[in-house]
Amino acid sequence: MKRSSGVGIWVGFVAILVWCLLPVVWILSLSLKPVSETAAGSPQFLPKTWTMQNYKDILADGDFTRALINSFGISLIATLLSVIFATLAAYAIARLDFKGKRLVLSIALAIAMFPVVALVGPLFDLWRTVHLFNTWPGLIIPYMSFTLPLAIWTLSAFFREIPWELEQAAQVDGASPWQAFRKVIVPLAAPGVFTAAILTFFFAWNEFVLAISLTSTTASRTVPAQLSFFVGPDPFNPPFSQLATASVVVTIPVIIIVLLFQRKIVAGLTSGAVKG
Amino acid sequence: MSAIEMKNIVKQYGDGFAAVNNVSIDVADGEFIILVGPSGCGKSTMLRMIVGLEDITSGDMMIGGERVNDKAPRDRDLAMVFQNYALYPHLTVYENIAFPLRLSKEFNDTEIDQKVRNASSTLELDEHLERKPANLSGGQRQRVAMGRAIVRDAKAFLFDEPLSNLDAKLRGQMRTEISRLQKKLGITTVYVTHDQTEAMTLGDRVAVLRRGIMEQLATPRELYENPANLFVAGFIGSPPMNFLPATVEGDMVELPFGKVKIPADKAERARGKGLLIAGVRPEHFEDASVMDPDKVAEGSTFRATVDVSEWLGDQQYAYIPFEAPPEVQAQLSQLERDLDGESLRTQLVVSLDSASFIKDGEELELYVNAKKMHLFDPSTGENLTTSNKGDSSGSSRSSTTVRANGDGAAFAGAPTTRSAGVHREPGGSSPAT
Repeated sequence: MKRSSGVGIWVGFVAILVWCLLPVVWILSLSLKPVSETAAGSPQFLPKTWTMQNYKDILADGDFTRALINSFGISLIATLLSVIFATLAAYAIARLDFKGKRLVLSIALAIAMFPVVALVGPLFDLWRTVHLFNTWPGLIIPYMSFTLPLAIWTLSAFFREIPWELEQAAQVDGASPWQAFRKVIVPLAAPGVFTAAILTFFFAWNEFVLAISLTSTTASRTVPAQLSFFVGPDPFNPPFSQLATASVVVTIPVIIIVLLFQRKIVAGLTSGAVKG
Repeated sequence: MSAIEMKNIVKQYGDGFAAVNNVSIDVADGEFIILVGPSGCGKSTMLRMIVGLEDITSGDMMIGGERVNDKAPRDRDLAMVFQNYALYPHLTVYENIAFPLRLSKEFNDTEIDQKVRNASSTLELDEHLERKPANLSGGQRQRVAMGRAIVRDAKAFLFDEPLSNLDAKLRGQMRTEISRLQKKLGITTVYVTHDQTEAMTLGDRVAVLRRGIMEQLATPRELYENPANLFVAGFIGSPPMNFLPATVEGDMVELPFGKVKIPADKAERARGKGLLIAGVRPEHFEDASVMDPDKVAEGSTFRATVDVSEWLGDQQYAYIPFEAPPEVQAQLSQLERDLDGESLRTQLVVSLDSASFIKDGEELELYVNAKKMHLFDPSTGENLTTSNKGDSSGSSRSSTTVRANGDGAAFAGAPTTRSAGVHREPGGSSPAT
């Protein structure tokens, strides 16, 4: 009985793995093929000749590396700001009793429900007027606003789970409210902060609509937007291997970040605080 | 170390509900005071007002002669042990204990290390210093919470039901430990509990609260032997005091089981008040057949049929149901609700010598020590038979306990100014510390 269910689990595991990873492997394999192979009518799954030429080309491409820098800068700054604001807001929402608390939460949710596309036009006009068009802040601000609601909701849920007594104990022990927040609450909310940070980073890293509409040059264009300019000389023959290579390159940071933060996102960090 | 004075403290919530109503307690320097009462009586609120986690609606909170009403918790210099310990889970035991010292910025690392190690050896936590709270047992967490309190020289200790999360055996050990620690450090302590064993064994004096009102403030012995009213009488003691309908005629009290003679001075004070409630503790009954006949002759006896008996080895309890008139019945079930209980039937609980061979359903001759009987006014709940109030040492400080009218008190229709302890004691009540 136990054995057969073990086999079942492994079969399911492999099936899901193949389902999820096949496209990734396909992209990886494309990126390792020479252009001649991808242009052929029906390419085989694995490359006939393995080559790193695509990677060399793409990293030598000044526009692409520039976009990569933009992506990193914009995503990291947006994430940082969003997490800082969300932490403070969520703490206030979870701990303080003030009028309009529900309103703040509902408005935050409403922002998250707003379709991004509907804002592109107005933002485009506004940004041109205030000279934010085609700048880093021009993307950082909308990214921050769109990720704040989710971050606030995630974090306030985390804050609510931290026992009140811990903060009160800290205050009795001689901490100012700010010290209690910094030395007790924030370390305990770390899993929540990291979760919010990852979600925000992914959003900013993958965002396309705003990135393509609010930029005009590589001064601020991010990778997803830059990829759409990979057309190659022949409009009927897109440079598949180049696109695949670029995709692999932009995926790597995401994987690294997830692996790094995965350890931080451990549930049950608060266990032991109170009787359990 | 400092004295704590609470003067006419009131805590009223936004909806007008008064969680604490006009309570005054003086805690002398080094004294161990217990706040006890059923859930919702305001004892924890009281403690949280002392420490500053709860605002005070009116009244003065004085610590060491200084009014602290508007001070933040961190400026009051008190140490508190929370019911659920509230340890910092991300810090080791060592850092948990060191936390208040690190915040104060008065000590360098060597001093902190010395103080932490002192506290940890007092509480036998030395081998756990590098562990995280999550890996500790309940008793160890409790000790860490105490360590965090004793590590700095706070003006007073506050305990909020610190033992309620421990199992029975550990609770007994920790109770002794807390008592020993308090004696050793000689520090002013306010301790909140709903457990009367803790209240009776730990406290120099005990304040009994009900619905935000202080019913009596006295030494444990005084509370047990001279309860000011029905509530205190029913709350202190386990199994609780028996309440029986009674009428006084001459020196005789008529109970559902027969007439018993009470001392003349007690009868004097209770005479002519109609239907009363008599209170007799279970241990003041005895199976007459196992007693010295001379002693039986001194008291009164009556015959009753035992419904159920429980033999515990060192003693046994017998339950004897009786019928109570409706007005007493209503009063008693109200009292039972106040005590967080649920009375199913009116019954007498008697504690008998374990040598007595009584069986369920048997009739036996019961002796009652009528000298120890209390008589309560059914409408106000007041104890009519308290011996001369002047000698009730230790309760003088409750003199400001005045019950407001119409506060939903159980003893309906009583426009009472509670007389619980309107008396001066002959000095010398300051507890030994």
